[in-house]
Amino acid sequence: MTVPPTRIAVVDHGAGNLVSITRGLQRVGADVTLAVGPDDLDGADGVVLPGVGATASVMEGIRAGGFEETLRTIDRPLLGICVGMQVLFEGSEEDDTECLRLIAGHTRRLSPAPRLPHIGWNDVTPTGSDPLFSGLETSPLFYFVHSYAPVPEDDATVIATTEYGESFPSAVRSGWVWGTQFHPERSARAGQTVLSNFVGSVAAKHAA
Amino acid sequence: MLRERIIPCLDVSGGRVVKGVNFVDLTDEGDPVELAERYVAEGGDEICFLDISATPDRRETTLDIVSETARNVLVPLTVGGGIRHPDDMKATLRAGADKVGVNTAAVADPSLIEACAARFGRQCVVLAIDARRVGGGGGWGRPPDGESYEVVVSGGRTPTGIDAIEWARRGAELGAGEILLTSMDRDGTRDGFEIELTRSVSDAVEIPVIASGGAGTVDHFVEAVTAGGADAVLAASIFHRGEIAISAVKDAMTSAGLAVRR
Repeated sequence: MTVPPTRIAVVDHGAGNLVSITRGLQRVGADVTLAVGPDDLDGADGVVLPGVGATASVMEGIRAGGFEETLRTIDRPLLGICVGMQVLFEGSEEDDTECLRLIAGHTRRLSPAPRLPHIGWNDVTPTGSDPLFSGLETSPLFYFVHSYAPVPEDDATVIATTEYGESFPSAVRSGWVWGTQFHPERSARAGQTVLSNFVGSVAAKHAA
Repeated sequence: MLRERIIPCLDVSGGRVVKGVNFVDLTDEGDPVELAERYVAEGGDEICFLDISATPDRRETTLDIVSETARNVLVPLTVGGGIRHPDDMKATLRAGADKVGVNTAAVADPSLIEACAARFGRQCVVLAIDARRVGGGGGWGRPPDGESYEVVVSGGRTPTGIDAIEWARRGAELGAGEILLTSMDRDGTRDGFEIELTRSVSDAVEIPVIASGGAGTVDHFVEAVTAGGADAVLAASIFHRGEIAISAVKDAMTSAGLAVRR
């Protein structure tokens, strides 16, 4: 008997590039669906909340799509990327926006920083041994494009940090909810490894 | 540490990669998707894709090529050409672009920058500026007093009389997240990047600046960063024709003490 592929729903909140994340997940063997409404999350083993956009417009898209309540009470593994991670927190300094409150803390503008936005490839240093970073070298490079970063209330939620003017959390985890400030779907092989690790965690949770 | 970026640029017209000198005399350089894949394999940190036929011909950016490229490369993709409205930007992002360049339409109506930044975040709005030196007697090097750089739009066809450094500053205030700065005088010449222009703009704004136009040797790339203050360097024809390998540019940068992605 063959194991069916892990089903991942990518939340389509109306803005941004969904091609890269969809392809990235398919490359590591996931069965990907684009979710345009909360019902589309029903059959999924795990959920990805992508993020290109401004916080306010991403939250607007999440609300307009009817995703807010489902995401707030999600009982399956979730990965938020970039702004998709920032909206997992309670609120953001960008546009003074109220967010999903899945993780305690807020998002604020990076400061001090040499130039903003922080655009390009930078080192990501895992703080522990979270499975999201298994199989990677000590400080792999990932692609960033952002001006804001989270400040979690609980330091234990920080699973990786990056230096840009200051040290900021570049990946977080709270239970089955992960977030990356970088774009794994645009970060060459290291990014594919992160996506593969996420899909692996989803499959393990689903099987348990 | 944030790495200096090397960005191969694909100027596309009619579904093919083309390249000219000083924005004219276009030659066919190959298939966009194949070239993008090759550059990523060779170490390109990002791919830039400019539909140079878009504005003059009032053609929509060739979104299917963007999509095909985005599906096949695992590094970020910046796409410009023919963006006149936030909806054009949305369509381009949804086709698979990570950042979108605005140029001619933003000069005509600067509020386009504000509108795009409000909707998609400033981090994905790239203000592309094509500049050329005006005044004085010409000749390469630092412009003598009285010379300045003028913004030229519609693919280098229409001078605007707008000062390029002022426009960069204003664009950043309006919400651009990055400046893609091309020297028309140097474009395709291989005489080196216009350092004075690059330095003036990178000093004037606090957002990243991509230097473009004039790459001919690996040292030119180093100079754009060390003397010009660029955060990223972009080139087209020397990469298309395999005259300079991306890895050779990165070797030169490493030797000069700059950090690059290997």
